[in-house]
Amino acid sequence: MPSATAIPGGRFVRLGETARRAVHLTVDGRPVTALEGDTLLVAVLANGGHLRHSEFGDGVRSGFCLMGACQDCWVRGAGGERWRACSTPVAEGMAVLTQLPEATWPRRD
Amino acid sequence: MAAPRLIVVGAGPAGVRAAEALVQAGLRPIVIDEGRRDGGQIYRRQPDNFKRPYAQLYGSEAAKAQALHHAFDTLKPRLDYRPETLAWNISGGALHVIRDGRAQALPYDALLICSGATDRLLPLPGWHRAGCYSLGAAQIALKAQACAIGRRVAFVGTGPLLYLVASQYLKAGASLAAVIDTSPAAPAAALPGLLARPALLLRGLGLIARLRRAGVPLLRGATPLRVEGDADNGADALVVREAGGRERRFSCDAVAMGYHLRAETQLADLARCDFRFDDASRQWLPAIDADGRASASGVYLAGDGARILGADGAEAAGRLAALAALHDLGLQPGAGQYAAEHKALRARLAKMERFRRGLALAFPWPQAQAATLPDEAVVCRCETITAGELRRCATELGGSELNRAKAFSRVGMGRCQGRYCGHAGAEIVAAACNAPVQQVGRLRGQAPVKPLPLDVEVVQ
Repeated sequence: MPSATAIPGGRFVRLGETARRAVHLTVDGRPVTALEGDTLLVAVLANGGHLRHSEFGDGVRSGFCLMGACQDCWVRGAGGERWRACSTPVAEGMAVLTQLPEATWPRRD
Repeated sequence: MAAPRLIVVGAGPAGVRAAEALVQAGLRPIVIDEGRRDGGQIYRRQPDNFKRPYAQLYGSEAAKAQALHHAFDTLKPRLDYRPETLAWNISGGALHVIRDGRAQALPYDALLICSGATDRLLPLPGWHRAGCYSLGAAQIALKAQACAIGRRVAFVGTGPLLYLVASQYLKAGASLAAVIDTSPAAPAAALPGLLARPALLLRGLGLIARLRRAGVPLLRGATPLRVEGDADNGADALVVREAGGRERRFSCDAVAMGYHLRAETQLADLARCDFRFDDASRQWLPAIDADGRASASGVYLAGDGARILGADGAEAAGRLAALAALHDLGLQPGAGQYAAEHKALRARLAKMERFRRGLALAFPWPQAQAATLPDEAVVCRCETITAGELRRCATELGGSELNRAKAFSRVGMGRCQGRYCGHAGAEIVAAACNAPVQQVGRLRGQAPVKPLPLDVEVVQ
């Protein structure tokens, strides 16, 4: 199982605006820290390499368009929530799941 | 007479200027914005607790961005502004919207659709890997979140945005692996068009020079071959073939890709607007007259969702379309304003149209790269459907029309609804069937244009 720490520190690199208040969330149960004003997508990808596992079995995904057009970045919350990560602001206590084993349709070919 | 029902969809440069013209005419339009704040994509506003000044965020366009934001802030009390609201269908003379699980139908006398554009994408083997993003995404990460999409970013595609975003990354202190342009040096035929806006041309050349000076590998006329990497960690290199034939591999953990823009046309389609094939950009666009009137009654289109002229063109087109609507409805003082302004606005747009044609010649959509994509390359990154499967559906199953090919292959049916695979898919089907691309048709817009929750309360 690939872990969100496969890329140390995360996929996205912060280039500024780091003097913001910390926000705490969990990704697959792992506590991580983001910053107030982050989108959920940035909050997760500043701390790990991916947002979700493709339901078609081709590996991890990390979003694509960041403007709400591609729908690649939908993630689940531990409480059953569905969040489009690029357009959802991060909030204290969010519990994000990147893997949903019951919802996969690996391609046979 | 009851107050006219006027709706603007979108709060980018076109939508804001359209709404402004309506408010100046004494009306209170509804403005539907999918964003949390106005600005659209090009002038997207950073969150309130970010501190970067306009000059840092928008560079040479800072004054325009600030002016547009200020205009909207001033208008806001006189608008029925609905942010974070999705316009998902048009039927029976009403726009269907949803916000926070509450759905509503909004009848209109005039509907101004300013839906903007997305990046136009061309599949590349491996582009479904984590770390691959659209150029627009790379820009949004920086502009709205002060982030780079990776530690070392490769840029690939063509068009002005390629150099703009790469330059913005350079300036912000990101590490660039390479900038790969599929277009060779611009042909002389592009020059007259490009000279229609000399300041813009110079600015573009300046960006390219700055990247060169910084020592960023910059290739023109190159062919992207694949994104290498693995399923668990995503992209780790971009491999391209130089114009001279040599293969080069650029190590990177992120790839930003895009081939200019693709109009967001689903709502125009659902409003039953006629479309026409634009030869210059090889894409279907809604047919509009010089003022932005669509073929469907009461529907007006402005901005990059109708003709891809960029932000300045969108501002002019938004105002012109709104004034045209007021003229058509016989509403004073707007109708008088239309009489006073429409010729000048049309002339501005005509100049930008010449520039657009120059750009299309300088940075052509490389359709041959779609047509010759390897069979094993993923075309539909939503559902990982390959070029080979799409070709098989086109030739063996009789899917020579794009919507039939979609039904057989599911290319265009996934999460993005064909936004990112549709244009390349058309080229692949056309080449497989040996037909001109306009003959295979275009993916029809379907409602809902984006996913809706199942748990919806209907508001009257």
